[in-house]
Amino acid sequence: MNRAMRESSTLNGSEWTMDDLLAIEQFSARHAERYELDTFPNQMEVITSEQMLDSYVSSGLPVNYGHWSFGKRFLIESGKYQSGANALAYEIVLNTNPCIAFLMEGNSLAMQALVIPHACFGHNSFSKGNYLFQQWTQPDAVLDYMLFARNYVADCEERYGAERVEQTLDALHALRDQGLDKYKRPRKLDTRKERIEQARRLVIARETMRQAEYYSVVPHAEKSTAAEPVFPASPEENLLYFIEKHAPKLEPWQRELARIVRKIAQYFYPQRQTQVMNEGWATFWHHRLLNDMYDARQIDQGILLECLHSHTNVIRQPEYARLNPYALGFAAWNEIKRVCEAPTTEDREYLPEIAGQDWLKTFHDVMQNYRDESFLLQFLTPKLARDFRLMAIHTRESLDHWTVNDTAGGEGFKAIRSQLAASYRLESYIPEISVVRYGRDSDRKLVLQHQSYNGRTLHAEETEQTLKHLRWLWGFDVTLEALDQSGRTIKTY
Amino acid sequence: MTSVIVDRRPDKGKSTANRQRVLKRLSGALKAQVDQLIARRKLNEHDKSTEVTIERKDVKEPSFSIDPASGDCARVVPGNQHYRVGDKIPRDPAGGRGQGQGAGEGDDEDAFRFALSREEYLSLLFDELELPALVKKELLEIDENRFRRGGVVRYGNPGTVCVARTFKASIGRRVAAEAQFEEALEAAEAALELARQSAEPTRVQAAQLELQEVRQRGADIPFLDPVDLRHRSLIEVQSPRTAAVMFCLMDVSSSMDEVRKDLAKRFFTLLYLFLSRKYAKVELVFIRHTDQAQEVDEDTFFNGTQAGSTKVLSALAKMHEIIGLRYPASQYNIFGAQASDGDSFGADSTESSAYLIAQLLPESRYFVYAEVGDGSSNAPTRLWTAYQGIQSQQFNMASVRGRNEVYPALARLFQKEQPVAYAMG
Repeated sequence: MNRAMRESSTLNGSEWTMDDLLAIEQFSARHAERYELDTFPNQMEVITSEQMLDSYVSSGLPVNYGHWSFGKRFLIESGKYQSGANALAYEIVLNTNPCIAFLMEGNSLAMQALVIPHACFGHNSFSKGNYLFQQWTQPDAVLDYMLFARNYVADCEERYGAERVEQTLDALHALRDQGLDKYKRPRKLDTRKERIEQARRLVIARETMRQAEYYSVVPHAEKSTAAEPVFPASPEENLLYFIEKHAPKLEPWQRELARIVRKIAQYFYPQRQTQVMNEGWATFWHHRLLNDMYDARQIDQGILLECLHSHTNVIRQPEYARLNPYALGFAAWNEIKRVCEAPTTEDREYLPEIAGQDWLKTFHDVMQNYRDESFLLQFLTPKLARDFRLMAIHTRESLDHWTVNDTAGGEGFKAIRSQLAASYRLESYIPEISVVRYGRDSDRKLVLQHQSYNGRTLHAEETEQTLKHLRWLWGFDVTLEALDQSGRTIKTY
Repeated sequence: MTSVIVDRRPDKGKSTANRQRVLKRLSGALKAQVDQLIARRKLNEHDKSTEVTIERKDVKEPSFSIDPASGDCARVVPGNQHYRVGDKIPRDPAGGRGQGQGAGEGDDEDAFRFALSREEYLSLLFDELELPALVKKELLEIDENRFRRGGVVRYGNPGTVCVARTFKASIGRRVAAEAQFEEALEAAEAALELARQSAEPTRVQAAQLELQEVRQRGADIPFLDPVDLRHRSLIEVQSPRTAAVMFCLMDVSSSMDEVRKDLAKRFFTLLYLFLSRKYAKVELVFIRHTDQAQEVDEDTFFNGTQAGSTKVLSALAKMHEIIGLRYPASQYNIFGAQASDGDSFGADSTESSAYLIAQLLPESRYFVYAEVGDGSSNAPTRLWTAYQGIQSQQFNMASVRGRNEVYPALARLFQKEQPVAYAMG
């Protein structure tokens, strides 16, 4: 059909052209404007299923350095896809500026009409507005940085051998989850500055090495017998940072790799903490914008129905299963809207600060200033808990059964709410490990501590293997003390 | 705000490099599977892609993680329709992972499968194999006179005339000559004009003659002149000889039962795949024999049926005959591979061994013998005993007693970077 003709008429059918995609984006943009959705400019990229798998393995980053683990994930994912066990995502979106959204070529027109508002307006506005994204990611710089990282790794492979680079990256990847400054704000990414500083660091490293050589031939003064001061002065939670700065035997390029792995891990930190909110937000907006497009006769009924069919699948919540972030998030945002517009007495009791407020203003405020944990703690309504038939269960290490603590509808709503919120804390699934001692002037031994809570201990085999990597990086002895809640050492690795 | 749409579909194959990396990393585990497959696969299946299974533990990426079975555990579960506060629910033995965001990879399967392409399969299969070092070394040492192009020269025989360059030279010569001719023509015409003005008949006549001569000279500029001729030149250079031929000799007599024939064919299939993969320029000659030897094509060699009694010498003589006819030892590197059950009658085995030493080994680079058997008898066969007496670095032999020994035998005969052993017992 002629595009000019269709501009005035309604999108229909299942085939699409590039112009149709742009039209959907334009329609969505007009409606989104009414809701004050502030977005980065959109860059939609049409990709094949293979390219979609490719983006999967590097978490949506269009550029990444080469490493076998990405190849492994590709094999696993494509195997699952080919055997039909897993469907592919219809879109992947990354918080960059412009916001790059990957759209699968196999999507029908209706699917594209669903994913464009979802990715290009939902996720896009979320990553532009949310405080975690603003503090931890630099959408303008990330693609440049990834390009820089890829070239640097390739350069290292050429200079120092692919095997050494691979071994270094393997070891660094093992510590990826311990490469976060959870409380400090990271510095902004700036590729140009990064390159200059990298060169500066290399010069300093060479100079230090030269001096060390020089001093090694000069007779030493008697070693002082005074106890060496504890270093670091306070425990360091960012293992990768500590290794980059203090590992005695690493070569300068290996320190740079540590930095790259750390920076990339940091980049995904906000994503991990806003999954429910972010997916719920995007789902809420695609639902809303689709209905608006239908009302404005920009899409026909067929498209709307197909979209609603997919939408329903996306927010399906199976019983007694893992909570679906799309379902929980979508319901939570709808609840906020309901509480704003038509609060019940119950809502006024539990959510007095938003009950009866302007819903759109509340939405933007919540989107900007919360993460999953605080979002659920603040805005989970008793009605949602009842609708989802939530129950809190509990067990101990030696028990062969779970005990039901609280069920929705009963007295236990607050307990369920806080328990649910707590399960979205990073600490609930990433162990807290920190550097407590480094014998800088003696045996160069590194001592780590794991603080466990509620008897949740480390996986012994995984820990041994990870430590093997860490010892290789460190070059000297590394021990890990596992502490229980009272500070007693329960195991030393 | 400007929105853009980009068609990314043409940039393909970004994952290829990482695929190579993971295959390299897994080569140990993959190799073990491929080795097992060799025994199981049908002959014509080696050329296809291959499904392999990788244990997840082989590609584990460890990290500090919390043991899901440890400590107190609290969860919030949706969809409750049965339980009240205080109810007890049996715990699944796996312990269950943390809820909400997936801890770890979220995949509980212990293995995953994927397909190796034909190239990847073959490269794993033949990773360790190489023509013996001795052979390769000699390949490089042998000099051969070859001609290579050496540009264009002025002299040569008529067969090497380079037409395009000759015409180019002719154009240049004509342009130069005609320029000179035109100057002379103008001068002569001017002289004639002057003579006419002077009105002296003798001067006019002389000037007219002069002009006529100049015109004649112009007409005489030839289209092609011998000085225009250009010839292609060839320069003689010395270079190592690279042409090679592999003779595949297979016993198909009645004593070679189906099991043995199958083993022999497997041996040659692998040898053939190996050679055609590693050495694009190796020519192959297939000879099968009973008491008579026959040169056959590849398809007949692997798939044809024939039966009769045995005479090993016939095949060796056939190989010698073909070498004499088509593959002079001065121009080719000659390799031989023989597979047989080791049966031979009367003096055939000793004659064959002697013939090999006297006739074939001097003109060959390398000759291997694979003896196929079902493992029922441990007594050495007559041919094996006879071949054992051959003391030459150019000869090697191995025995194959089952499908799973085919590949190791081939591997032993074509081990990479190792000095070739003397005949093994």
